[in-house]
Amino acid sequence: MKYSPTATLARIISRWTQMGKKYGIEWWILVAGALIIMGVILMAILANLIAPYNPHDQNTGPQLAPPSQDHFMGTDNLQRDVFSRIMFGARTILGVAILAAIISSIVGIAIGLISGYAGGGFDKILSLVMDSIYSFPGLILAIAFAAMLEPGIISITFAVAVIYIPTYFRLVRGQTLTIKEELYVEAARAVGAPGITILAKYIFPNVIATTAVVFTMNVGDAIMIEAALTYLGLGLPPSVVDWGMDLAMGKKFLPSGQWWLITFPGAMISLLAVGFTMLGEGLAEILNPRLLEH
Amino acid sequence: MNNLLRYIIGRTLLTIPMIFILLSIIFVVVRVMPGDPVSSMLGGHAPEKVIEQKKEELGLNKPMILQYGNYLLQICRLDLGNSMIFKQRVIDAIREKLPATIELTFFGMLITLLVGVPLGAFAADKRRSAQDYSIRLFGIVIYCIPVYWLGLMLQMIFGIWLDLFPIAGRTGARVFVAGFDWSGLYVLDTIVAKDFTAFKDVIIHLVLPSVTLGLVLSGIFIRLTRANMLDVLKSDYILAAEARGIRHRRVVYKHALLNAFVPILTMMGLQVAILMAGAVLTETTFSWPGMGRLLLERIYLRDYPTIQGVIVVFALIVALVSLVVDIIYALVDPRVRY
Repeated sequence: MKYSPTATLARIISRWTQMGKKYGIEWWILVAGALIIMGVILMAILANLIAPYNPHDQNTGPQLAPPSQDHFMGTDNLQRDVFSRIMFGARTILGVAILAAIISSIVGIAIGLISGYAGGGFDKILSLVMDSIYSFPGLILAIAFAAMLEPGIISITFAVAVIYIPTYFRLVRGQTLTIKEELYVEAARAVGAPGITILAKYIFPNVIATTAVVFTMNVGDAIMIEAALTYLGLGLPPSVVDWGMDLAMGKKFLPSGQWWLITFPGAMISLLAVGFTMLGEGLAEILNPRLLEH
Repeated sequence: MNNLLRYIIGRTLLTIPMIFILLSIIFVVVRVMPGDPVSSMLGGHAPEKVIEQKKEELGLNKPMILQYGNYLLQICRLDLGNSMIFKQRVIDAIREKLPATIELTFFGMLITLLVGVPLGAFAADKRRSAQDYSIRLFGIVIYCIPVYWLGLMLQMIFGIWLDLFPIAGRTGARVFVAGFDWSGLYVLDTIVAKDFTAFKDVIIHLVLPSVTLGLVLSGIFIRLTRANMLDVLKSDYILAAEARGIRHRRVVYKHALLNAFVPILTMMGLQVAILMAGAVLTETTFSWPGMGRLLLERIYLRDYPTIQGVIVVFALIVALVSLVVDIIYALVDPRVRY
């Protein structure tokens, strides 16, 4: 069969509609979320090629110019092009949020598995510590970390990652407690499988599906936390192009009416967070319809 | 009653390890992590001798375990130390700023309830209809809008373009008269002082910040109310009420909503962490002189004792609120006590 882009597209669309009929609105929420995320990821990857100006270039046109043909999103007080900064800024926020979610999921899943499987006093103490961190406002904890560390990509990633570890811990520990009572785990133990094998081969694969949903939602949340930290002037040096920092800078020009400086960076943060949350919601409904009904 | 008392005592005792752990985490973050408060405070160019002297003064050159012990003892005595920058006790700085945050969060929560609960109940009643989906979508989107950006946009639209509300501070300079800070909660103070010009001024300053904070949190409450209402609407007594011919609207918004409200009340306690994080950001956006602003101002000044003190107070509030909410829940729902 000859390859035809239209036929492929038609096939994809008909497949999507079928899924839509099967799962209802949740499927379309998922698709919309995925499309938003893909759009922003593409923007970040292709920033070099598409962006009309260098994000640091301080000579792209007049100062504080409103959106026009030359400057789709206007210029800032240092004559930089806002649109180009949005494109490059996508790299920072996506990178930090996704990396932070990866770090916290790895750490949280690992200690959740071990704690749930080992049980006893170790498990009790660790659970208490994790519950305490979980109950504390995440942003304030992240502010404390970011304030104590030297500004930089690694510091801010660390500050954001720390606050999500308890989320994974609690989820994975709870499931481990249930799964370790299952017959197949007992059978593995009976034939003398070491703890590490049981955790890796029998328990871990069973907890990974639910963590996928939480991971997606986490990235959405991490995006807002990252932007909040940089909006507050914490976590990143001024040389990095970042939406939150641009928003904080635009705030100074709000009273004089330069609306484009706050509208576009903020709208992008919201859009990206909405994308991940919608993907997470859709996934949760489709993978486990009972999760959100209750 | 005996059971209730036993529950309350048990629950209170459980709060102690939680507070202890939070205090330890704060100690680790502020004191043990890399970064030297004294040299960063003195600008990094201070002579060695001055740095050593300052460290001696603040007790920072003692062994870590002694510092930790002192820190816990101080907090037990409700002494949060002295500011490194200003001649001021940390507890006084906090006492001055805390009412502003309480006022903001109280009115924020009020807006959240007024928006979130009716919308959630309506969505549950009209389940799987276009209204239901649009309300849920609104809930998702409003939850994902960063609270600081919503604040900035509201400032721009209602403060700058329409010029309806002030965009910064708790009062206008003109009407602010010293002497009505009896509780520090200006709404209350102006009522007590019967100064209604000031009262009006305080209220219009509250509108944008509390609407900002309230709207963002309402997303969570839409979901919570909707989910709880769906459960309640399935129950037999709702069917029975309908069968007796009570009007549908009355069944939903009186019988069902009242019953769905108990779990919603407890959820309110769990949202206190989000509420406080939101308050920190809202305060920054609206130059609201509360705890969040205090924390950030002192972070920029590297005033470590104050930073530590503010975070400790946040931790105590979180622990206290969750304790109070659990006790209220036990009072309302007897099943918890047994």
